Amino acid sequence: MSMNENTNQNTIVEAIPERMSGNEAVAYAIRQVNPDVMPAFPITPSTEIPQMVSTYISNGQLDTEFIPVESEHSAMSAAIGAEAAGARTMTATSSAGLALMWEELLLAASNRLPIALTLVNRTLSGPININCDHSDGMGARDTGWIQIYAENNQEAYDNYIQAFRIAEHKDVRLPIMICQDGFITSHAVQNLYLLPDEAVKDFVGTYEPEEYLLKPHQPMALGPYSETDYVMEAKKNQLDAMNRSRQVILDVADEFAQMSGRSYGFFEEYRTDDADYIMLLMGSAAGTAKDAVDELREAGIKAGVIKLRVFRPFPEKELAKALSGCKACAILDRCESYNGNSGVLGSEVTAGLYRAGVQIRTLNRIYGLGGRDFTVDSAKSVFEELTNWMDGGEEPLQNEYIGLRR
Amino acid sequence: MRTDITNINKQTPYTGLTEALEVYAGGTSVHFNTGDWRNNTPVYHADKCRQCLLCAPCCPDSSIPVTDGKRAGFDYDHCKGCGICAEVCPFDAMEMKAGNEV
Repeated sequence: MSMNENTNQNTIVEAIPERMSGNEAVAYAIRQVNPDVMPAFPITPSTEIPQMVSTYISNGQLDTEFIPVESEHSAMSAAIGAEAAGARTMTATSSAGLALMWEELLLAASNRLPIALTLVNRTLSGPININCDHSDGMGARDTGWIQIYAENNQEAYDNYIQAFRIAEHKDVRLPIMICQDGFITSHAVQNLYLLPDEAVKDFVGTYEPEEYLLKPHQPMALGPYSETDYVMEAKKNQLDAMNRSRQVILDVADEFAQMSGRSYGFFEEYRTDDADYIMLLMGSAAGTAKDAVDELREAGIKAGVIKLRVFRPFPEKELAKALSGCKACAILDRCESYNGNSGVLGSEVTAGLYRAGVQIRTLNRIYGLGGRDFTVDSAKSVFEELTNWMDGGEEPLQNEYIGLRR
Repeated sequence: MRTDITNINKQTPYTGLTEALEVYAGGTSVHFNTGDWRNNTPVYHADKCRQCLLCAPCCPDSSIPVTDGKRAGFDYDHCKGCGICAEVCPFDAMEMKAGNEV
């Protein structure tokens, strides 16, 4: 995993060099943001986040109201109640914890409550396993939450600091998941640059919702029963808000770049300018893929990487444009979708290419399930499949698993 | 700015609804006439009623109005006909009859 390009030059605020695990980095960001309420229930590998936040509170460094709930179902229910009341609210979870929140995830979104959830991605059982893949986040893809993924600890930290500005924007008002890979980034210690407390405080600002349940002398009801005549209209409004979040995500990223010197968009393009072969993937494995690309470039193969950062809303048109110049793209999914053709990214990216009329070839691969290693050689083997195919070889079988024992 | 929700109806385009269908008022459930869900209807026999008021707090829909410590008939606009009142009455002052008609 490579560090983001980052220098102290040209940045407005001081960059504080540190080394932290991904969980530490997010907990540190939470301390800096100082949200009003955090209901949470521990689950590996996100457990450290509420644990560290509790320590900050015990040490008097944070005045967040921490609610130790009896389950993740209750955690999200409490988050909904707190956010609806008018409090800036966040929680953390992983895997089965997110699954237990399922019902409430949709309510948080339909009630337009800008809760920030830090998701430490872990596989969903079974077979029972506690390690990284994206089946938890991908499983929640249709719940109406914004989802942003991180390659490394720096990005997990930076994404978290941007989260509330995006979610709480008046044009958006939607909940947001800030995702990072379980253990790979959550527990591995990396170098990163922190921002000064005051800079984060100024950037995030005070939460001032226009409407909330505890607004004095302004009674209001939220989440009413909707007859058939209103449901589709409400959903359309929710979709429009998700679409409006596209510009807000970019605007907040611009403002963040001005402060920190670190730039973000819907996705990162690594050596794609003249690339014939592109690997598209999400999360920590992108760093591995970049190393593979560097080696392939040394060997004269024009390879590149697109690392998707914003999964919801899905930047379909932008991805199609970014891929339009290459010959073939390997789309890598870190979860199984059981449709028999491809994982979630495989399906959504190819749909985008088709609609945009981009006629490149795509190869879908599944990798890293249940924490299976994805190495530089794994990435190079996929690029080799692409080059063989484009050099006149047969089309490889779609939807194969990388590193499967046969 | 708060929308006047009384202007919202089943012809309102989606852009005219409030975000998240927020309801900008209090006590609005009174406008929802759940009484038309009723399949069985309670009948009140004032001559048998001793005004013990066991029935009123047992009504899940606050459809037995109490004025000056005494109940009278029913709020049929909201009574769903569950029959709990008739069940709890020690004096058979309420009975359930089939149908929605009062």
